[in-house]
Amino acid sequence: MSQPLLELKDVSVSFDGFYALTDLSMKLYKGELKSIIGPNGAGKTTFLDVITGKVRPTKGSVSFNGQSLLGVSEQRISRQGIGRKFQTPRVFENLTVLRNLELAAAPVKNAFSLMGSALPQSAKDEVHRIMNYVGLAPFANVKAGSLSHGQKQWLAIASLVAQAPEVLLLDEPVAGLTDEETLRTAELIKSLAGDHTVVVIEHDMEFIRDLGFDVTVLHQGQVLTEGPLDQVKADPRVIEVYLGSTEQ
Amino acid sequence: MKLFQRLVPWILLAIALFILPAALDNFRLNLFGRYFSLAITALAIDLIWGYTGLLSLGQGIFFSLGGYAVAMNLMLNTKSLAGGNGIPKFFENYGVEQLPFFWQPFWSPAFALMAMWVIPAVVAGVVGWLIFRNRIKGVYFSIITQAALMVFFHFFNGQQKLFDGTNGLKTSTTELFGQLVGSPDMQVWLYRLTVVLLPLAYLVCRYFTSGRFGDALIAIRDDESRLRFAGYNPVPFKTIVFVVAGALCGISGALYTVQSGIVSPQYMSISFSIEMVIWVAVGGRGTLVGPIIGATLVNYLRSLVSEALPEAWLFVQGALFIFVVVLMPDGIYGWVTNGGLRSLLAAFGIARKAKTYPQLDEEAVPVD
Repeated sequence: MSQPLLELKDVSVSFDGFYALTDLSMKLYKGELKSIIGPNGAGKTTFLDVITGKVRPTKGSVSFNGQSLLGVSEQRISRQGIGRKFQTPRVFENLTVLRNLELAAAPVKNAFSLMGSALPQSAKDEVHRIMNYVGLAPFANVKAGSLSHGQKQWLAIASLVAQAPEVLLLDEPVAGLTDEETLRTAELIKSLAGDHTVVVIEHDMEFIRDLGFDVTVLHQGQVLTEGPLDQVKADPRVIEVYLGSTEQ
Repeated sequence: MKLFQRLVPWILLAIALFILPAALDNFRLNLFGRYFSLAITALAIDLIWGYTGLLSLGQGIFFSLGGYAVAMNLMLNTKSLAGGNGIPKFFENYGVEQLPFFWQPFWSPAFALMAMWVIPAVVAGVVGWLIFRNRIKGVYFSIITQAALMVFFHFFNGQQKLFDGTNGLKTSTTELFGQLVGSPDMQVWLYRLTVVLLPLAYLVCRYFTSGRFGDALIAIRDDESRLRFAGYNPVPFKTIVFVVAGALCGISGALYTVQSGIVSPQYMSISFSIEMVIWVAVGGRGTLVGPIIGATLVNYLRSLVSEALPEAWLFVQGALFIFVVVLMPDGIYGWVTNGGLRSLLAAFGIARKAKTYPQLDEEAVPVD
């Protein structure tokens, strides 16, 4: 196969001697769709932290398009095309929905261009398209802080889409959403699948089944197994880490 | 009503420019000139604290640098204050024969006019950039700015041979355009200058807080690390507003110095820089009208209380700060715009109470 888009090699992350990731290796190819599951503390969020530059691995390498991401700042990694949605919906509470999205959609993100020029019309159109798609258009001029939890999740996802990244890393996109919202989120993510590479971290198995992506199970900072959901679910090792050992 | 609202700023400006000078005696007018120059500092603090979330406890540095810049120029160009060597007399007290090298450019009024805002801006740029690029935030930022303030205070306080130390530089006895700076005529002109510069400072702050740049500032205040993940580097944004705030404080300090008649290291005292923050908190941070109200009101109150009960002011100020923090977290302006006045009147039964839930048909549902 060709060169992977995103590659992690033997990545370890230690927080004061506690290993959140141990020799984790993973390859993501262009257009690949992946769900990551794992019990609490398996290192799912740390995995995203390493890719997005929030945490520097103790050992190992991370590369994107063949270029190392180690020591690159968060904003540069983001500009290279890796976008991330956080576990809790992090939106700018004192900005309106529209302003949140416009900030994310700006093609040039340095201080002087923000001062000097208006947002290009193409970016504005894109913002409106996304806002309509996620159903936040009626709330365009409402401050993000007064949205409901579900709406904030949607805004967080919409902001990520507005950033137009090549790789989308979604950390628990449906936490706290209603069933209907979950379905719509799955639809939204599947609609992105064509030309994006998507990684979804979730606990909601229905949602993961709905997405139909291949599943990777993380456990104690390592990849336990990979494959389609049904195969993974049948794996006795997966059952063991989720439910505990049956034979004592 | 809309038209009236658009006219309010112009009416206030007209009152400040024409009615106050006619209504007040020179002493009071001079006090208002000082309040308005302090309001520029309050605007600057609102820009960095209210909008960007950077609580600086060291704005006194920039305020004083502006004051010293203008005072040095005035001292040099006043013949009556010159000693034997043609340099200001105070140098003789410390046996200084030659003008310190950094005083030299201050012979030029043009240089001084630039220096009073460029020097604070440059200092703010260097200090700010070093702090921000190292990702120092929150309370650590406040502590560092306060520590920087103490460094500047002790430097200016201790250097008699350079700045006349703790005595400061007196501007009221200097001359400008052949007139004493402390003379009533000159003071009226300085008052007018302040009244013109304050709205300009307001417009500068409005430019930086509106539009996409302003959105980014609010985003930094709300969740700075999230903004990084959106592809923005917050460091230039924070440095730019810190520089702008430094320059505004410099201008404010220069205006205050010529109207109060002296600049001294006391302007770099810790308490004064904290007071600046209090003005903003009282007036209402995160709005541009709030700090102007706060600075004017608190300082006016200070004058009134100090005249009546000289010992009581600090207690009143402390009580005022606690009152605002506890009961009006958005400051006076925020309280009024959020309908605080209405609910206060309602509490006394003067105004109608707002219904908790909006009722679609008031006729159908009798309200008892």
